[in-house]
Amino acid sequence: MKKLGQLTILILIAAIVWGYFKPHSDQVAMSIEKLVLTGSSTVAPLVAEIGKRFESLHPNVRVDVQTGGSSRGVTDTRTGLANIGMISRALKKNETDLLSFTIALDGISIIINQSNPVSSLSKQQIIDIYTGKIINWHDVGGNNAPITVVNKAEGRSTLELFLHHFELTNTQVKPHVVIGDNQQGIKTVSGNPNAIAYVSIGAGEYEAEHNIPIKLLPLDGIGASVSNVHNRSFPLSRPLNLITSKQPGGIAKTFIEFARSVQVNDLIEAQYFVPIAN
Amino acid sequence: MSAAVILLILIFLLNESLSIFQHVSVSRFINDASWHPQQGLYNITPMLSATILSTVGALILATPLGIASALFSYFYAPKFLATWYRRLIELLAGIPSVVYGLWGLTTLAPLIAQLHPPGVSLLTAILILSLMVLPTVALTVEAAIAAVPASYLQGAMALGLSRWTSIKCIILPAAHSGITSGILLATGRAIGETMAVLMVAGNVVQHPHSLFDSVRTLTANIALEMAYAMGDHRAALFVSGLVLMIMVLLLVFMAAFFKRKPAYV
Repeated sequence: MKKLGQLTILILIAAIVWGYFKPHSDQVAMSIEKLVLTGSSTVAPLVAEIGKRFESLHPNVRVDVQTGGSSRGVTDTRTGLANIGMISRALKKNETDLLSFTIALDGISIIINQSNPVSSLSKQQIIDIYTGKIINWHDVGGNNAPITVVNKAEGRSTLELFLHHFELTNTQVKPHVVIGDNQQGIKTVSGNPNAIAYVSIGAGEYEAEHNIPIKLLPLDGIGASVSNVHNRSFPLSRPLNLITSKQPGGIAKTFIEFARSVQVNDLIEAQYFVPIAN
Repeated sequence: MSAAVILLILIFLLNESLSIFQHVSVSRFINDASWHPQQGLYNITPMLSATILSTVGALILATPLGIASALFSYFYAPKFLATWYRRLIELLAGIPSVVYGLWGLTTLAPLIAQLHPPGVSLLTAILILSLMVLPTVALTVEAAIAAVPASYLQGAMALGLSRWTSIKCIILPAAHSGITSGILLATGRAIGETMAVLMVAGNVVQHPHSLFDSVRTLTANIALEMAYAMGDHRAALFVSGLVLMIMVLLLVFMAAFFKRKPAYV
């Protein structure tokens, strides 16, 4: 009996090891159409969700989403390694050979505690606060209290957009707290009257409207709101695009149309991006 | 069997972190200026010190309290109270860590921020961790005390020793090995704790200069960055996992070493 148990365990381990190392056998069923998307790690989680829903509607399609950054998306689309590329920015001037399709917008807002009397900060003030040149709210017209700077963990798209907009590198930022997701940032700021953080605008606006004591600071005089991201006037935002090398046809066309339709708005909002279809 | 599983985990960790060791030398994980993996800086020592400091701090608080709690419920509390007290401790042991973390972030951190901002800090992490490992210590110590033969206590009573003297000189030394393994078990739990620490420690990668500085532990580092990490960044996170695994293995060997010593009595 004991031997039998040991045998079972051995077989189990063997199965796990084999499953781990075995080659992928995707080519087995020839009737299945495969759609490969590569690119930005910001867009990839969203597209993966959209892909799942797309697969359930089109059972003969497999959507394969791979990350690697926006530049990989551009390269793979040009070389044909990917059917569709994903980029978390607009196309550059030297990329006009490609076509882009915006599926959602990404915006972030600076948040502070509601009890903080500061009502706006200039771009330079935000840079000085995040690089540790201004360390007291008194210097920007607030109470005499030390500023708690909240930054995001490496790899997050909000961090990338924030650094890009303020032309900083992450080594220059001198944080007191580092957070992972938006909720953690909102909890930190709502519990600390002297904290400053930045979060996805969708998450920030939702919580501020639901009596969480935070306020969203305007930037360059433009209010931080989903609608201002939607009409593209808010400066701290960017489009999330799908790109193709030529006018898409067949299953790629269907997918892009699906990703831009109202059918995926709930998926976009779940990731705190701003949908464009309405 | 369990050895095979541990071996598989080690092989997996080594396999995943191998890609970075091919072009980044081991010394850079100790000597780099900071931890900014996207800019090619991989110093993990601040997180190692944070892990060790928060664990040691939590144990310094939780060990005496845990032993005191076990002695109280076994020797001093009236029977009715002891039963309920033990249930309470067991309940405390069963609360998910994320709940402790949430409480720490929304209640404890603002309190500490009034003392010294930012509130989320090494101290907050130590307090939350000690609260979490306290039931582990209390329950294992109580089990160790209960395992001491009743004749020891009867003998002590027959000699006319006071209750405290018999606890101090007979029960605790006899239960010594069980208490040690309970503390080591708690250490393992404190080192491995992720979610609660992630929420209350502040997660800035730095060697703390005071209890109020924000720190990031190795476990929090993995949880914080793994979801969006790619390439070398991802491999560097597996290196922190490897370091953590080695720490826990050392701890287990230490436990085995202590176990081998015969009981005092």
